[in-house]
Amino acid sequence: MKNRGWLFVIPALAVLAISAFIPLMTVINYSLHYIFAGSTPTFVGFENYVEVLRDSVFLQALVRQLVFSLGILAVEVPLGICIALCLPKRGPGVAVCLVLLGIPLLIPFNVVGIIARVLTQSAVGVIPEFFALFNYSFNVSKDPVDAFMTIFLLDVWHWTPLVALLCYAGLQAIPDAYYQAARIDGASAWKTFRYVTLPKLRSVLIIGVLLRFMDSFKIYAEPLLLTGGGPGDATTFLSLHVARKAESYQLGYAGASSFIYLFIVIVFSYIFFQLMTHIGKGETK
Amino acid sequence: MARIELEGISHTYNPPSVPEAQREYAVSNMDISWPDGSANALLGPSGCGKTTILNIISGLLQPTAGRVLVDGKDVTPLAPRERKIAQVFQFPVVYDSMNVFDNLAFPLRNQKVPEREIGKKVRETAEILGLEDLLKARITSLNAADKQKISLGRSIIREDTAAVLLDEPLTVIDPKFKGGLRRKLREVQNRLKKTMIYVTHDQHEALTFADDVTIIQDGHLIQQGTPHELHSQPASPFIGYFIGSPGMNLLDCTLQDKDNTLQFSDFHLPVSQELKNKLGSAGTSLKLGIRPEVIDVATREQDGAVAFTVSVIEYTGAYRVLTCDRESSRIKARVSESISVTEGDRVWVSFPEEKVNLFFNEKRII
Repeated sequence: MKNRGWLFVIPALAVLAISAFIPLMTVINYSLHYIFAGSTPTFVGFENYVEVLRDSVFLQALVRQLVFSLGILAVEVPLGICIALCLPKRGPGVAVCLVLLGIPLLIPFNVVGIIARVLTQSAVGVIPEFFALFNYSFNVSKDPVDAFMTIFLLDVWHWTPLVALLCYAGLQAIPDAYYQAARIDGASAWKTFRYVTLPKLRSVLIIGVLLRFMDSFKIYAEPLLLTGGGPGDATTFLSLHVARKAESYQLGYAGASSFIYLFIVIVFSYIFFQLMTHIGKGETK
Repeated sequence: MARIELEGISHTYNPPSVPEAQREYAVSNMDISWPDGSANALLGPSGCGKTTILNIISGLLQPTAGRVLVDGKDVTPLAPRERKIAQVFQFPVVYDSMNVFDNLAFPLRNQKVPEREIGKKVRETAEILGLEDLLKARITSLNAADKQKISLGRSIIREDTAAVLLDEPLTVIDPKFKGGLRRKLREVQNRLKKTMIYVTHDQHEALTFADDVTIIQDGHLIQQGTPHELHSQPASPFIGYFIGSPGMNLLDCTLQDKDNTLQFSDFHLPVSQELKNKLGSAGTSLKLGIRPEVIDVATREQDGAVAFTVSVIEYTGAYRVLTCDRESSRIKARVSESISVTEGDRVWVSFPEEKVNLFFNEKRII
């Protein structure tokens, strides 16, 4: 062996194997077997997959998950752009705004879930008391819509700052000359945004959308802490459903649904990436 | 197209809270007039206030004092759009999400011009710029020079454009395309006769593009004239040195009364009575400026010539630049290939009196 450079790659490969490859292979291995509560695994081929895809509870969780994640994107991305556009460009206000925006990002998932629980606790929380003023009985443990919207708004509060910070960095990188040119060309404020700002934000928005999509698809701690996925199945997202199956020792089912889960995330992320990379590149016309 | 005038323009970036005496002016009290349809250049070293002037003309910056006139009409309070002054920036500014056609059409669409007319105007403009074949191309597939042409195209497509400002438009262009784009800019100006103002620190670009060059130094206008005037009659030693390659030779001297000579540090030159009369009294400290290309260099001793030693020979292709030294004087001379000299040779240098510039107190008197 003349080139021993590959030796240096081994530690990285080992870490990668332990952290990603081995668990993934384990999951695939589980998904092809019937395993229940420590019994001897029996090879069943793709039966687990068929079962998962026929399971109405799984499919409902998937639809709920997609509604949630797409809804999150539809709110957080435009809102994040708006916040970034409103932030001061320079001066002492910049640091203050960035710190304030950064605070939600520093709070761990489980703490966010607990905060939500305290705020929405009936008879104690601020939110039910507030809605009581309008004669609306707000109750996350009884009303599915209340619970879903609480998780939804919680995520918007928690993660819109990330999109805003990404966009803010993207905006700072746009040279002034583009805005000057648009002014000279007589572009309206909307056209300036549409043809200067938005195209220049493309790359940060791709990152923002992918991150938010993948992260929101993995939402777990908040619904678990708020209502444990309830009331009923109202906040049982895919991750909760898979975890429940694993907790009840249905490892074959859990493995198959995990793998389908991963596949869906990859497919959607790929679609978003392709769409956002190629959309509006001036090929038409 | 229009005549552009600046009247007593001054600008400071200091906030109004800074007392008048402490303000630093980027541009002070500048009067310039550019006739309708002319090709002009603003030339000056980096940081001399060129870009400030440009932004004041285009309306992106409000001057601290003074007025901007377009065809005699005061446009100082107007927004960039209303002044109808277009600008081409240092690096190509194009709309990435549109193709070439849509980029060129953008200013017209903003004016709500009918779509049929837009198509006609865009094709006309593309033909002038040599972009006919690229109309459907994606912007991201073009090189910087073509993008810069589109940027220029957007500024000339509107018929009501009063003037086009070019802010160092060749700086980021690949050397391979620079020459072609420079000729294109000149050609477009010639063809459309639009008033254009080309801002640059590169004398070569300014002198090849413009019929009228304005030289700025430290926020002050120093000289405005044709490239030939600037070259042969620079208003100050700075311009003499700044314009031309290599720059003008500048030598300190004093006028001697008794035998009609200019005394240099280690030699003297006779002056005619006629010239002496223009120079004033004896003992005046002057600066003599002479272009390297008008200096006569001979390899044999000549009447009135001064002996120098060739210390460096630079080959630049068609001619050579000799650096010639005496005890404490140094001059550069541009000579043709026909003179055979080598480094270390002794040469006799003479200064043709009719081609000499003399400066007193940093101002040209002859």
